[in-house]
Amino acid sequence: MIVRLQTEDFDPEHEAQALGVKGAGARVSFVGTVRDMAADRTITALDIEHYPEMTKAEIMRIGAAALARCALLDVLIIHRHGHLAAGDRIVLVVTWAAHRKTAFRGCEEIVDALKTRAPFWKKEITDQGDIWVPGEIPAP
Amino acid sequence: MITVRCFAAVREILGYDTRKLAPSDTLQRASDVLNAVAGPRIADLPRPLLVAINCEHAALTSPVHDGDEVAFFPPVSGG
Repeated sequence: MIVRLQTEDFDPEHEAQALGVKGAGARVSFVGTVRDMAADRTITALDIEHYPEMTKAEIMRIGAAALARCALLDVLIIHRHGHLAAGDRIVLVVTWAAHRKTAFRGCEEIVDALKTRAPFWKKEITDQGDIWVPGEIPAP
Repeated sequence: MITVRCFAAVREILGYDTRKLAPSDTLQRASDVLNAVAGPRIADLPRPLLVAINCEHAALTSPVHDGDEVAFFPPVSGG
């Protein structure tokens, strides 16, 4: 498993190709990007704050849980922080598995867990002012 | 000492990102730490308020010990 936090952009295909995963019959990639619109406002940028000492450890826990639960062969997670422009890539999640169903399920589980457990907070810079994006409340 | 970290809207409302508290018998749980650092501004904080102790998710009822780092923040939005 590889987990990276960075301010700079990434090339999803290059990152995914860099890992040779034996036995994989499926590779699923998810790329999250900065929206340029939300409801009635235009978003020009996104400031992503995080908890540096906790973030990587929490993402490693999320990846390890998905590896075990979904019979994945490997996982790659890259998450950016700092100041991003509309349209920029934010996150890359790649899962490898023997078959497509487990690769899809593992990827979705990781993305869902990032939403509720990874300590990032997003502030939208919009034409109507700066707005904190409401976080997702974790299930009890 | 107990280290208190605040993030996002919690940091903006309380006006600092890090504080140190001397351990005391009145600081048994994360909620006690929150009361000590937030005072009356506790009413202004976003709800629900999340807690991490030593970089792992915890609860307001979780016990706190000398040397712990206790963080308060709004619900997260990774991904």
